[in-house]
Amino acid sequence: MLTSFSSSDIAALIAKSPTVDQIGILERVARIQTRSIKGASKIQGLKIALSMIDLTTLEGKDTPSKVRQLCYKAQHLHDQAPGLPMVAAVCVYPTMVKEAKKALGNSGIKVASVSTAFPSGQAPFEVKKIDTLYALENGADEIDMVISRGRFLAGDYQFIYDEIAAIKELCTSARLKVIFETGELDSLDQVRKISDLAIVAGADFIKTSTGKIQPAATFPVVLTMLGSIKDHFDRTGQMIGMKPAGGISSSKLALQHLLLVKEVLGEAWLTNEWYRFGASSLANDLLMQYQKQLTGKYQSAAYFSIG
Amino acid sequence: MSQKNWNLEPSLESAALLKLQDQYELFIDGKWQAPLSKKYFDSINPSDESKLAKIAWANEADTDVAVKAARAAYENVWSKMSGAQRGKYLFRIARLMQEQAKELAILETLDGGKPIRESRDVDIPLACNHFFYYAGWADKLQEAFAGQQISSLGVAAQITPWNFPLLMLAWKVAPALACGNTVVLKPAETTSLTALKFAEICQQAGLPAGVVNIVTGYGDTGAALVAHTDIDKIAFTGSTAVGKQIQKACLGTSKKLTLELGGKSANIILEDAPIDQAVEGVINAIFFNQGHVCCAGSRLYVQESIAAQVLDKLKFRLQSIYVGNPLDKNTDIGAINSKKQLETIERYIKLGIAEGGQIYQPTCELPTKGYYFKPTLFTDVAQSATIAQEEIFGPVLTIQTFRTMEEVIQKANNSPYGLAAGIWTDKGSRIFGLSQQLRAGVVWANTYNKFDPASPFGGYKESGFGREGGRHGLSAYLKFSN
Repeated sequence: MLTSFSSSDIAALIAKSPTVDQIGILERVARIQTRSIKGASKIQGLKIALSMIDLTTLEGKDTPSKVRQLCYKAQHLHDQAPGLPMVAAVCVYPTMVKEAKKALGNSGIKVASVSTAFPSGQAPFEVKKIDTLYALENGADEIDMVISRGRFLAGDYQFIYDEIAAIKELCTSARLKVIFETGELDSLDQVRKISDLAIVAGADFIKTSTGKIQPAATFPVVLTMLGSIKDHFDRTGQMIGMKPAGGISSSKLALQHLLLVKEVLGEAWLTNEWYRFGASSLANDLLMQYQKQLTGKYQSAAYFSIG
Repeated sequence: MSQKNWNLEPSLESAALLKLQDQYELFIDGKWQAPLSKKYFDSINPSDESKLAKIAWANEADTDVAVKAARAAYENVWSKMSGAQRGKYLFRIARLMQEQAKELAILETLDGGKPIRESRDVDIPLACNHFFYYAGWADKLQEAFAGQQISSLGVAAQITPWNFPLLMLAWKVAPALACGNTVVLKPAETTSLTALKFAEICQQAGLPAGVVNIVTGYGDTGAALVAHTDIDKIAFTGSTAVGKQIQKACLGTSKKLTLELGGKSANIILEDAPIDQAVEGVINAIFFNQGHVCCAGSRLYVQESIAAQVLDKLKFRLQSIYVGNPLDKNTDIGAINSKKQLETIERYIKLGIAEGGQIYQPTCELPTKGYYFKPTLFTDVAQSATIAQEEIFGPVLTIQTFRTMEEVIQKANNSPYGLAAGIWTDKGSRIFGLSQQLRAGVVWANTYNKFDPASPFGGYKESGFGREGGRHGLSAYLKFSN
């Protein structure tokens, strides 16, 4: 059960949010990026990354047929290569949840639904609740909500806290991911503040972006968010998940994410229970690299089915 | 899916590229000359204790030959050459170093034990940059000191340390040559190989014979060089004890002297600092190059209100530091430079514990062969404790707390050294306030161990005198007359 924060608690929390030095963050990231991930560690890393994918389709033109195809892909990433894991979840709009649920059956793959007037979040609060309830009633296992960025930038932290807490209350058994859309938040200090706030408001996961705005899941942003998760864990012992989304399309980036998580949070986070990639094209690059590791040869993209 | 123990497998840089000779002679007057001493010593790879090569051990007679060659080259060629022409040679050397950067990096790592990541990304690129930078000054010296009468000095004796062998060579040789001097360089006995490789580069560059001479050997070689009567300038980087001997040896002579000696630099975290980045900065400040850094941030001062949190974070971070084979691209801390230095570190550790310090080391495993030491933290350290006063020159950090600014300024300055300091705070005004009151040659704010050829470097008090780098670095190699 969540403890409720008063407005003075929230003001204190925001005031205590540590500052973030951008140059220092960039140096730490550069350090991770010079690590060399080869051989067996690479194969293992590629498999871990595959298992962390939220295979995503979030387009105005999505149809039940498109969603069914994506769900099949989620369960059969590359049948030619046995022993591969399945992805963690399929991520869709609320109207597609029912179809995805049906297509995934008892595969164990979760259905995540975006909500709260994704991607802009510009809808009345009541509408956001209805949006979320609709997804939940259709069977969504996870809710990916967006915050009201305008309110946050205007300094209305209470509103953001209440909004997240209210959606969390609706998610009785579903896990809640809170999307910040960091590309609209201006600075790493702001990213740190919203991370601290969302975590106490009830986020199970914090998520960088909708994928509709650039820049999306940059390493400095991810590292800043991981810092918030680490401090929360050190204070309370409670683990919070992390989901970078948008722009992670290569295996190299995905493996560097894993290394960052391992060094900043620890190996306990190296599972899809605590780390996810919001991505649509990453899966095939991971598969291509995996095949390369096994056979020593790169295969053409034509040999990997699109979602 | 639960996934535990994802570890990076070794990713070794191949040393096959290197063409090492079994034996190296002295590099005098543009040629390889067998030592008159007829003596040689072994250069050891500290990462596995294997022998890398046999190296000539120069005696007094050898240094005399080298100084004479340098004098002749100075009188006949180098001092008469135009600045633009000298610059061309320096640019050529810089480019050749850059072309052979990978080879130099591997060699530096094999010979000295530092991680390949550092020799590849820091040592060698910076060394090249120093040559490029001073090449640019060679024909602009008069502009650098407008209105002053300047001339070159003559022959410079240069003695370099084992912690940044090629980089310290570059700091010394590049400005000396740019200003029109010739040099006799003695590298540290444990790390001569990149200097000898540099001699090959001088040959490839067609540098006139005798402009750069390299005499290898132990302290006696250095002492003979320092005592030589036909030397105009001595530049030394190394321990304070040897620095004092050199200064004594120069008494009553006209030899110009610069000393870059030890340090026990304070790294200060204020309560408003960006904590995660400060912790990372502390790690880089002390564990860079196994702590074999004269300006290493070896004394950490943390404001009491955040001390517990900072300590927890440091301990956690130590756990993800890779200690091991320096040729592994993922290694953060490589081998301790020599057996002797390892013993020095171990002696200080015993002393630190005996004096009541609380020791913390991560649970990493060290290779069985070679000289290695775990990154180490000491808490409950008194200002008067030996490990907080003396330079350890290893991966050992002492941690103390403070309450007020006045207190931390006093503690930070309470040291015979004054080389560098670090400040971590979000407030610009505090950076300016503190940096004016800290008695240190370099003060870094929200970063540490940043070097650039354009920026002068040097210390106060027992950390030495004179500045290397930048325009300031030129004046150490010039004579000023009215």
